[in-house]
Amino acid sequence: MTPLNGCLLISALLFSIGLGGALTRRSAILVLIGIELMLNAANLNFIAFWRYGPHPEAMTGVLFVIFSIAIAAAEAAVGLALIVSIYRHAKTTDLSRLDSMKG
Amino acid sequence: MTPAVDQIFVNIKHWAVFHSPAAMRPAVSVLLSIVPILAVFPGLFAVTTVLERKGLARMQNRYGPNRVGPFGFLQPLADGLKSLTKEDIVPTGADRLTHFLAPLLLVMTAFLEYAVIPIGRNMTVANLDAGVVLFFAASAAMELSIFMAGWSSRNKYSMLGAMRAVAQMISYEAPLILSSIAVVMTAGSLSTVTIVEKQAGYWGVWPYHWYVFTPWGLAGFILFMICATAESNRSPFDLPEGESEIIAGYFTEYSGFKFALFFLGEYLGMFAISGLAITLFLGGWAAPLSFLTFIPSWIWFFAKLLALIAVFIWVRGTLPRLRMDQLMNFAWKFMLPMTLVVILSAGIWRFLPQGVARWLICAVPIAILYILLGRSLMGGRKLEKRTYRFAE
Amino acid sequence: MSVPFLILAAITIAAAVAAMTLRKLVHCALALAVCLVGLAGLYLDLGAEFVGLAQVLVYVGAVVILIVFAILLTRSDEHQSHGSSRILSGVAVSACVFGVLAWAVVTSGTKESPNAMLPQGAMKQIGVALMQRYVLPLEIVGLLLTAALIGAVVIAMEEKQNTK
Repeated sequence: MTPLNGCLLISALLFSIGLGGALTRRSAILVLIGIELMLNAANLNFIAFWRYGPHPEAMTGVLFVIFSIAIAAAEAAVGLALIVSIYRHAKTTDLSRLDSMKG
Repeated sequence: MTPAVDQIFVNIKHWAVFHSPAAMRPAVSVLLSIVPILAVFPGLFAVTTVLERKGLARMQNRYGPNRVGPFGFLQPLADGLKSLTKEDIVPTGADRLTHFLAPLLLVMTAFLEYAVIPIGRNMTVANLDAGVVLFFAASAAMELSIFMAGWSSRNKYSMLGAMRAVAQMISYEAPLILSSIAVVMTAGSLSTVTIVEKQAGYWGVWPYHWYVFTPWGLAGFILFMICATAESNRSPFDLPEGESEIIAGYFTEYSGFKFALFFLGEYLGMFAISGLAITLFLGGWAAPLSFLTFIPSWIWFFAKLLALIAVFIWVRGTLPRLRMDQLMNFAWKFMLPMTLVVILSAGIWRFLPQGVARWLICAVPIAILYILLGRSLMGGRKLEKRTYRFAE
Repeated sequence: MSVPFLILAAITIAAAVAAMTLRKLVHCALALAVCLVGLAGLYLDLGAEFVGLAQVLVYVGAVVILIVFAILLTRSDEHQSHGSSRILSGVAVSACVFGVLAWAVVTSGTKESPNAMLPQGAMKQIGVALMQRYVLPLEIVGLLLTAALIGAVVIAMEEKQNTK
């Protein structure tokens, strides 16, 4: 197995773990953690392709990850603020109970 | 300049690595870089505790420790023995693993910060391309360990202390990083070694290139030191462990050696951040006057470090503790705008020709903002001589 | 694949599994921190020094702390046991996703160029690229972060105005 394939497999595993968690857990915060894991799996792919790709001197992968980290921070801030605000209204962060929009 | 004395530790390390078996060389080299740090700074911690207690005692008109050894200087030994032999109590409701890991993580991250601090000429453990970022990354991990300590103790006071500490450290980390950005921008490098090299050279006897001798550098240095005080949870920013309110904050439930580890971690953090201040603003290991360069570089580093520690002790003995809302207001409404204008001023400095005009142009925005912010935050109140009602 | 890389990968994956399966939410957040530090280690091992350190700075220093604060502010532990069908279907879906991804990775003929890294001046290159070629994305990210900052404050503050 080549190093690139190894990296890609690890990131695929990480992505599936994050996806599995986001699908099975009910706490809104854990779903957010799952999403963070998936995002980080994508970042690992970018770094791996940058490292083993044809043009590492262009730094494209690295810069993409830097922007991605910044956006993940923004996403986490807004997401958690939403969760806190939802908790104030519904007194729970259990996603299966937040069904007041259901008909 | 006496290169032999200056480079004595570097040469000893090279000699030892050269004379060890080839397979062992990387390990020997790593060990010889790490072990001195692990030995020197805890030693400095021991000395500092005595100096601090004696200094504070002097300011408060009392004696301080004077029983153990000559002038009480063996007090840390006695304290260390006491904390080693004390019972290690873990609360029943505590989260045992997290409770155990928190002090270890704190001390580990504190030591990690020393990896990028240039202690002398050619005396940096790791000359990383992004050294300053490593420092801040390690101090970010420190926040997590403080949270772990507070949360795992299952105690209201611990939790409150941890929340206060984390909120405070995050708030002051923003201006801390921003004020070092000004230096990084001017030096054009994130490597601590390069930043020190850029400040080398003298103008007559004066170390003209130290960043503290520029208007933005001076303002940045003062802001950096205020943030450093807050980051290391020292008075007047010691709300996380304000004993009159929340016992001892996040390490209320720690006893024995783990308590000593917290104490050690806190002081190591303070030394490390002072070391970074020296690296960024005070010329690193360079001598302060050109005719003093015969004294080895590492002595200068430690002299500056002790001077900054003395400032910390002085501030602790002088200022009263802030309130939580004052603390946050100060961070977000004063420190942050000030550091932003410091960055702006550093940018202007970079592109202006040398001379008095450059000084004035760079100093004016900082002074204006300082006056405006000071006026608005004071809210029209005036500082007057305090009148004591009861203590006549 | 070097030995450190494999160890770091194992730590990362184990911590990720822990983050998604543990009961107490704070434990999940701490496991997430370990996982993210492991990833930072992987980045360092792959030669992306700045990204690895920025990862620790942003994720451990900000995101995990935010998550932990949110957990404490909401007291949101999952009390009841999960429905087993929900777990089974979730695990099945993620296993399928992993299967497809792994199949795609293994069968596709990824060509790697064995060229060495350019460790010299990598930091400088990043800076130059950020300031020249990627200056517009940089500005947009700055705007986005400011908007997120204000947005987060406004969303979380909402209730207070009613009580005043």
